[in-house]
Amino acid sequence: MSVLVGKETKVVFQGITGSAGSFHASQCIAYGTDVVAGCTPNRGGEIFEAKGPSGDTVRVPVFDTVAEAVQKAGANTSCIFVPPLGAADAILEAMDAGCELIVCITEGIPVMDMIRVRRALETSKAKLIGPNCPGIITPGACKIGIMPGHIHKPGRIGVVSKSGTLTYEAVGQLTALGLGQSTCIGIGGDPVAGLDFIDCLKLFNEDPGTDAVIMMGEIGGNAEILAAEWIQKNMKKPVAGFIAGRTAPPGKRMGHAGAIISGGKGTAAEKIAALEKAGVKVAPTPAELGVTLKSLL
Amino acid sequence: MNIHEYQGKQILARYGIPISKGYPAFTVAEAEAAAARLIEETKSEVVVVKAQIHAGGRGKGGGVKVAKGVAAAKEQAEKILGMQLVTHQTGPEGQKVRRIYIEQGQDIKRELYVGMVVDRESRRVALMASTEGGVEIEHVAETTPEKILTEHLDPLLGLAPFQARKIAYGLKVGEGSPDPKKTVAQFVKTLISLGELFVKEDCSLCEINPLVITGSGDVVALDAKLNLDENAEARHPEWAALRDQDEEDPVELEAKQVGLSYVSLGGNIGCLVNGAGLAMSTMDIIKHYGGEPANFLDVGGGANKEQVTKAFKMILSSDKVKGIFVNIFGGIMKCDVIAEGVVAATKELGLRVPLVVRLEGTNVEAGKKILETSGLAIQAADNMGDGAQKIVQAVKNA
Repeated sequence: MSVLVGKETKVVFQGITGSAGSFHASQCIAYGTDVVAGCTPNRGGEIFEAKGPSGDTVRVPVFDTVAEAVQKAGANTSCIFVPPLGAADAILEAMDAGCELIVCITEGIPVMDMIRVRRALETSKAKLIGPNCPGIITPGACKIGIMPGHIHKPGRIGVVSKSGTLTYEAVGQLTALGLGQSTCIGIGGDPVAGLDFIDCLKLFNEDPGTDAVIMMGEIGGNAEILAAEWIQKNMKKPVAGFIAGRTAPPGKRMGHAGAIISGGKGTAAEKIAALEKAGVKVAPTPAELGVTLKSLL
Repeated sequence: MNIHEYQGKQILARYGIPISKGYPAFTVAEAEAAAARLIEETKSEVVVVKAQIHAGGRGKGGGVKVAKGVAAAKEQAEKILGMQLVTHQTGPEGQKVRRIYIEQGQDIKRELYVGMVVDRESRRVALMASTEGGVEIEHVAETTPEKILTEHLDPLLGLAPFQARKIAYGLKVGEGSPDPKKTVAQFVKTLISLGELFVKEDCSLCEINPLVITGSGDVVALDAKLNLDENAEARHPEWAALRDQDEEDPVELEAKQVGLSYVSLGGNIGCLVNGAGLAMSTMDIIKHYGGEPANFLDVGGGANKEQVTKAFKMILSSDKVKGIFVNIFGGIMKCDVIAEGVVAATKELGLRVPLVVRLEGTNVEAGKKILETSGLAIQAADNMGDGAQKIVQAVKNA
């Protein structure tokens, strides 16, 4: 079992003909993801070719619009590799076409665009992951995004994180300890984005295939504090945690658009305190993510 | 991206928000001419000489002075231009004043606060206002949060007039004005214009502190602090002229130009990492083992050899760096690209400090081989914890 994506997921890659889009579409196809369509305006009718997991050639039709990809190829999920200024429109297009899940990898989308996207999501059934994220993977079944597939292992630990490489770090440690993952979700480091910690924790809480969860947050905003409150009231499964940026200076943006301590708020210390109060076991260092989770089982 | 007060006010004026008349000046002679022109135009001797730096708290630091007459304005300009202005936001070393703004004086009756931010929790733009103008909003929020009124903007509607009226009557902006109806109308119009400006100009923060009500009941923006969302820079070519490179850390600026994310820190262990979360965690783990990071450096996901070389050179050329920790978990980033960049940079600049490298993920074997055959004195680390302990120890022993 898993959450959000699995063998039944049929993916359209928006921006499949671009350099990042084509590289990662190929990687996802090689992992075994069912990529049923590509979408690039003015490139409809082309065929995108890549090698499947057994070395077989997979031929993916490219369409001008996502609506066609949904109607003609049966896509139910979109993965977006569209440049920043066009990405919000790409998300809206996927929503309009009826995609149930939209995974937006693009980094650098203006926050005002994301505010409009969030407003549109209020009246839609679609779920958005990202932007500025590594994507989502259910090991052994479906990889949508840019994470290295080979470090993952099918299993029963849910992973949710704002950071890409820190997620890889956690997954690498879990796999090395023999702990596989049910699903790993990178929610991204932007101030305004799609699914948040609470949304993902809810999914893992209800997933019979997940036994425990590790969540990795960072400085800036208060999503981790809200998540801690939610965990205290609702979470039935053990949770390990980590907050990046204990040593980050206030007022400085640490790479991610959302990773900034402003007005003395959003520090790692207050987030760690809130998580610990909620019964989350917080790893003392990023080298101990895996062992901290394991100690809860 | 931060801009100066006078630049912010020029944007406010474009949206019809009332500001005082004023002129920027880069030299004392320009300041003198600006004061003379202003006094003639406004028929008033009172002008304000304001230091233009990006940090707040300029008044308390002595960077804002009222002067009567051209000679007095010139005297203040002489004092402020070139001074090292220290405020609570600049740090103890202060910031050199290279520009000033000469502005018309105002007959201030009330000082209000108006600010707009992106509210992450509601995922909307929030407008906050309070009667406590001139005071930092963080302070008001802590001590008397009931004095702050907040309205959220619906992205489809902008700030609706009724929301602006709610704030106007909530703050009693008409009270004490000789023409309360006029004051309320001007205030409401100002808020609606600000809402429009914030969205169209892609702001991430906009503060008018204070927004004043004058003796005649007019509303005037006496200060303007605008932060622009760097992600939107590509659709605002006009921002290039607003950027003041003197206000930015030269190393951070250099990094940005080659697409790297860099923040200078106080310590002596240089870090090169891929990914923001891992880069922050690397700083944290260095500190955990008793070391002090010299920088935050995220080479990003898709950096090429040239960018990695540049990044490593930036660390190597810093005098304060006594040791370097390269921590890579390759996903899209390939370990061999990192290794090639590290070798290229050290070939050019030499390696005079201990270097610990931890490589994991995509193409890790190829990366390790490049480092091994380079002949460089590199300590390999098995994992992040091992690497952090090794570099902290190496710096202590050096």
